[in-house]
Amino acid sequence: MKRWPYILPLVAVLALGGIFAKRMVDIENGTDPSLIPTVLLDTPIPAFDLPPLPNRGEALRSEDLKGQVSLVNFWGSWCIACVSEHPALLAIAKEGDVPIHGVAWRDDPNKSLAWLAQRGDPYATVGQDPDSKTAIAFGVVAAPETFLVDKQGVIRYKQTGPITAADWKNKIKPLIAELKKK
Amino acid sequence: MIIELGHFALALALVVALVQSTVPLIGAQRNNASLMAVARTSALMQLVLILGAFGALMHAYITSDFSVIGVYENSHTTKPLIYKISGVWGNHEGSLLLWVSILALFGGGVAAFGTNLPPALRARALAVQGMISVGFVAFILFTSNPFLRITPTPAEGQGLNPLLQDPGLAFHPPMLYAGYVGFSMAFSFAVAALIEGRVDAAWARWVRPWTLAAWTFLTMGIGLGSWWAYYTLGWGGWWAWDPVENASFIPWLTGTALLHSAIVVEKREALKSWTILLAIITFSLSLLGTFLVRSGALTSVHSFAADPTRGVFILMLLGLAIGGSLTLYAIRAPHLQGGGLFAPISREGGLLINNLLLSTAAATVLLGTLYPLFTEVLSANKITVGPPYFDAVFIPLMVPLVLLIGIGPRLAWKRGDIAGALARVKFAGAATLAMLALSLVINGTRTTDIAGACGLAIAAYLAVASISEWIDRVRLTKSGAWTRIANLPRAAHGMTVAHLGMAVLIAGVSGATAWRQERIQTMAQGQTVEMAGYTMTFNGVKMVQGPNYAAGRADITVSRAGKTIATLLPELRTYDQPPQQTTFTSIHTTFYADLYAALGEPQGADGAFVTRFFYVPFVPFLWYGVLLMGLGGLISLSDRRLRVGAPQRAAAAMPLAQAAE
Repeated sequence: MKRWPYILPLVAVLALGGIFAKRMVDIENGTDPSLIPTVLLDTPIPAFDLPPLPNRGEALRSEDLKGQVSLVNFWGSWCIACVSEHPALLAIAKEGDVPIHGVAWRDDPNKSLAWLAQRGDPYATVGQDPDSKTAIAFGVVAAPETFLVDKQGVIRYKQTGPITAADWKNKIKPLIAELKKK
Repeated sequence: MIIELGHFALALALVVALVQSTVPLIGAQRNNASLMAVARTSALMQLVLILGAFGALMHAYITSDFSVIGVYENSHTTKPLIYKISGVWGNHEGSLLLWVSILALFGGGVAAFGTNLPPALRARALAVQGMISVGFVAFILFTSNPFLRITPTPAEGQGLNPLLQDPGLAFHPPMLYAGYVGFSMAFSFAVAALIEGRVDAAWARWVRPWTLAAWTFLTMGIGLGSWWAYYTLGWGGWWAWDPVENASFIPWLTGTALLHSAIVVEKREALKSWTILLAIITFSLSLLGTFLVRSGALTSVHSFAADPTRGVFILMLLGLAIGGSLTLYAIRAPHLQGGGLFAPISREGGLLINNLLLSTAAATVLLGTLYPLFTEVLSANKITVGPPYFDAVFIPLMVPLVLLIGIGPRLAWKRGDIAGALARVKFAGAATLAMLALSLVINGTRTTDIAGACGLAIAAYLAVASISEWIDRVRLTKSGAWTRIANLPRAAHGMTVAHLGMAVLIAGVSGATAWRQERIQTMAQGQTVEMAGYTMTFNGVKMVQGPNYAAGRADITVSRAGKTIATLLPELRTYDQPPQQTTFTSIHTTFYADLYAALGEPQGADGAFVTRFFYVPFVPFLWYGVLLMGLGGLISLSDRRLRVGAPQRAAAAMPLAQAAE
């Protein structure tokens, strides 16, 4: 009697379990790619030149970010968590401490525009990244992710997942105040 | 006080579950009736205890007892009652308690109604249920306890995320969990059968109602989730291949396969070890669906907060449940007695291909969902897998499946006649071509039109094939048809209704994808917009006050050829607690299309607003299709053969030769 076909499912599941376990160990050790602040922390932002949304302001260029502290927010109209993050972004934009640049990631430009029209527009500039080139350069795992960039164009903080009012008040805002002094 | 009682009941349930998972197993091994009877008593006791715990937590939510951490974090006094109730499962801890409550309900169901089961099988199946219960009650008590208190008691709660304050989402989790957890019965029966070493027609018949109930719940649960996404998120979209959606869809695919392969076991005693494997895998995938998104191992856009300690616990639980059952499978399955042989072209052959297609589809969706995780762990590269992948691999698998659904029920068991079956689907073939031509003439011939037309044609084929098979089966045109309709097993009616639901669903998916229209603009009072033959007039925005929110409500008149058809009242809501803005869409449904309006931000000071309108044809068919499929499941569930005492096991059935060790 052939036994091996009956053992295959177990082997497949053990392999899968091994991968999950490694991921868990990574998380425990703080090396999980989505939880660590990003390997790009304290390095200059990758170069990019993203076209604007149709009839909406300027293109988003890495060069233009230099000279002032700014937030770069990866988002998409398909992203549910972005809906919950959005009020926080609007509030940040209203405070006026820091310009927020949006990267419309893997999105149809008309949908991006419609989304902003419907829910409000916190962004100073918005660039399109339909084929994920810039998102990959930034190491973005899932939208929303937000990068805090200093005056020299160096990444100083990364937020994985939605920014909450508490994150803004306790982490990001103080950091911005500090970076502005430099 | 009530909270402590609930906490205590849950701890007691853990002890009862420990008893339930061991004593009956020993009883079944020694053939000791009184030890086996412990299974029934302990399952019922667990039901009472866990429902007591759940009731205690619900009481805390309804009375807004903010000394309980979960209530403080997720509730608020001004929240309407229904969302106070749904808030119970709107968070990690409470949703787990709901999960084990449903598990206890299913276990209690077998204990109460499974009186026609052989005592040993029932004892073993309930013992396996007890093991699952031990794992998850322990998980709740040690890592995710919903009964913890805080001092001092806060005066007011933090409120529930407004996105979750929605009727669709209030009932989505219980439905989905009833589906996930329902498959635990198939799993427990499969493991019990492996321990016993015997799978036969009677076994398949006992498992069927539980699988069918789970499948029906899961179908409705996924449908509700999709409906919620459609009317809340405001894209006229209903499915995005998000990891969380996939997590519920993968067990649906394997569960559907299980439902069909179990029929082969029941009728022909074939595909036994495959069916057992499917039962194990379906529940394993359900576990993966409920828990993987909470472990932090998989990044999802709407997962609960990740917590590594929970993750490790979850992984151990999954490892024990899945690894343990598959080890047992590897040892025992090779010894299962094979059953009837069949020709490749036969009902069994058709169901086997159905299983292959469904499992392949499940595997490809699973691969697409987990692929980013694999590459990240193995190579530290980050990639994303999006809808293009899923569309490209999924649709080619579904088309042959749909063609097969039309032909399969017409094939005979054991050896079928493909020419005869094909000859009898000729009406369906004609309907396909007619629908294709009709759609091309009406809708035009752009690429999207052709894709839409093909989808509609396939839907027409399936609908006509299903209905004509039913007509032929009851010989509707001959005298005495009513008697034959009445005498036809309910399962056969259920199959026709479910397959018809599938056809309607395909029409909905195709039409809504191909011919959706959208208008977005800034409108001042009195302005109009034309779309798909309808005129939308914007009559301005009024402020209204809801129970826990303030909203700007737009008044939009929809008219066609000068006649007013409907008034749409979309809102832009700002909730009091937490202070968040959400849009509330307004939808007018004609029989076959939706007119959909959403209100955006005000523009300028003169009362102009951004408005979005959608015209989505065929989208109601999606919901009709899901309802029909669920109805098919319910009809099939009412089949007499599932209620009346199951047949005696064939006396000749060979007990398993002691497994060669």
